[in-house]
Amino acid sequence: MNQKSVVLENVSKSYESVKALTEVSVSIEKGELFGFIGPDGAGKTTLFRILSTLLNPDSGFATVEGFNTITDYKSIRKIVGYMPGKFSLYQDLTVEENLKFFASIYKTTIEENYHLVSDIYRHIEPFKHRKAGKLSGGMKQKLALSCALIHKPEVLFLDEPTTGVDAVSRMEFWEMLKKLQVQGITILVSTPYMDEAALCDRVALMQKGHFMTINTPQAIIDEFPMKIFGVKSNRMFDLLIDLQSIPSTEDVYRFGDVVHFLNNETGFDMNVIYRVLKQKGHAEIVVHQVMPTIEDSFMLNMKKADHFNAVMQ
Amino acid sequence: MKGFIIKEFLHIFRDLRTMLILFGMPVAQVLLFGFAITNEINHANIAVLDQAKDEISIKITDKILSSGYFDLKAVLNSPDEIEAAFGRGEIKEVVVFEPYFAQKLEKEGRVNIQIITDASDPNTASLLFNYTSGIVRDYSREMMENKQPPLQISIESTMLYNPELKGVFMFVPGTITILLMLVSAMMTSISIAREKELGTMEVLLVSPLKPIQIIVGKVLPYILLSFINASVILILAFTVFGMPINGSLIFLLLESILFIVMALSMGIFISTVSKTQQQAMLLSMFVLMLPTILLSGFIFPIENMPMPLQILSNIMPSRWFIIIVKGIMIKGLGIAYVWKETLILVAMTVFFIGLSVKKFNIRLG
Repeated sequence: MNQKSVVLENVSKSYESVKALTEVSVSIEKGELFGFIGPDGAGKTTLFRILSTLLNPDSGFATVEGFNTITDYKSIRKIVGYMPGKFSLYQDLTVEENLKFFASIYKTTIEENYHLVSDIYRHIEPFKHRKAGKLSGGMKQKLALSCALIHKPEVLFLDEPTTGVDAVSRMEFWEMLKKLQVQGITILVSTPYMDEAALCDRVALMQKGHFMTINTPQAIIDEFPMKIFGVKSNRMFDLLIDLQSIPSTEDVYRFGDVVHFLNNETGFDMNVIYRVLKQKGHAEIVVHQVMPTIEDSFMLNMKKADHFNAVMQ
Repeated sequence: MKGFIIKEFLHIFRDLRTMLILFGMPVAQVLLFGFAITNEINHANIAVLDQAKDEISIKITDKILSSGYFDLKAVLNSPDEIEAAFGRGEIKEVVVFEPYFAQKLEKEGRVNIQIITDASDPNTASLLFNYTSGIVRDYSREMMENKQPPLQISIESTMLYNPELKGVFMFVPGTITILLMLVSAMMTSISIAREKELGTMEVLLVSPLKPIQIIVGKVLPYILLSFINASVILILAFTVFGMPINGSLIFLLLESILFIVMALSMGIFISTVSKTQQQAMLLSMFVLMLPTILLSGFIFPIENMPMPLQILSNIMPSRWFIIIVKGIMIKGLGIAYVWKETLILVAMTVFFIGLSVKKFNIRLG
């Protein structure tokens, strides 16, 4: 029995002059909550459209539950739920009418599959006579998710479901996804928010149509090859440049209200940072070693990729 | 499928603009075209060229002017001034009395009045002519009663600029055609384009719905609404304007359904090539509406068009539908006489449905 739910094999896709995806490969297990993390333009939407049979790859192939996205697209369309990045429900229909309509095109009813969506739909049911266009961002997402779930899909494709949604609704949304996962649904989700990566079983970090890393969030953090120091001083502005002068510096970048400083010297002593900064006239210097995050890994990978591209050219 | 059609009706009934176009427009257009084209004449500006200036010519002129339909704008003195008077656009008609009018009538028993009208507006021209000649005929009938042998005033008409006077009283067939085209083609193409624009088409595509189901689901509500529209127009035409329906009403309605389906398939075709509602609307306007109005013979007679446009008008479905509607309503013809036009419409329908199904993308882009 094939345990893979979704497989991508060397998939490439270009739009006229732009390469949206370049030879990406990944296999996703049944029941996995898999995240595609990357900024706008990384190719996330193209990937989701290929998997949901809306686009054909230029080369390579993709399968969903063993069905090829090009030849077996009809079978795939019966078993997947798809939530596009843009809110794609009928704004002039009410919450209930939208759900009813999507149930009807999959030849089912709200009553029949209510148990599937009840957790989510409960939140918006008090507003079921309100037009979808008049819902808040968080409620729209819940309705869209309900509509994508009402036909009991085996695989769920959620393209940036939390973009433009407030922090509380985002957390709620991820809790819902976790509950759905328990029911055995494979969930693929894309997001530009790095902090959401930790909530996935595995993630692929994406940049300019490439997968930079595919791993569990923990492994990505564990495998981080060097120490990271969070640095603060009274002259944050000069900090970025002044830190660059330390030998063997890999990267320096702002991270929230501190600056992350990466050094690839094996036995690097953080007193060096104090010394150099004092020399350059900084005061109120604070240095802590910090745990790497997905974002740090992303930055490092991006730098390597840029470097690689520069060498190639 | 049922869910889809219910959804479509909800879209239509919730959108005020759609409702206005669907139900306000037919009534407004029929009334507008009806009254604008067939309205009675009131105070039309005319000129008189009286080369006789005798008792009878003055009497007839008085009679014409006292009818209330005409206002004397100019008195002309020579035939040379006629052209210029029309050119200035001040007058719509010139009434010409020949020299020695009364004497000639006395001696020869017959005399001529010439009525020259500006037929660049054919409807007004023919109405003016009919009114004027009616008044003159009235007068000569009055004279006949007293005089023996009967005297004759013959009326000679000259229609300037558009001698054939085609295109009169076509407003009902024309309006039905335009409205069915508008409602069927434009509204469906917009409603499909809207799904694309709002991204809902993406979700529909990633569902087990087949293209044909999406198309039929979109089209069925509009067939029904267009049919109601056609009926409303016919009822208005019949009751308000006394337009006759000499042929079979059922046959007329069947032909209307054929035309509706034809227009819908064109609408679907337009929607398959446009990405946004605006694009769909502009395409419908330029590809469907304008040619329908300009080239179908509704307003401008096809016979008077330059050859290339006459040839082009052959591919206008509305041209054939107008012929059918006119044939049935005015001449009372049956299928035996309009089978050729019907066949052309059927062929066009098949062509566009085939093209749309072929062009309808099962994927994006």
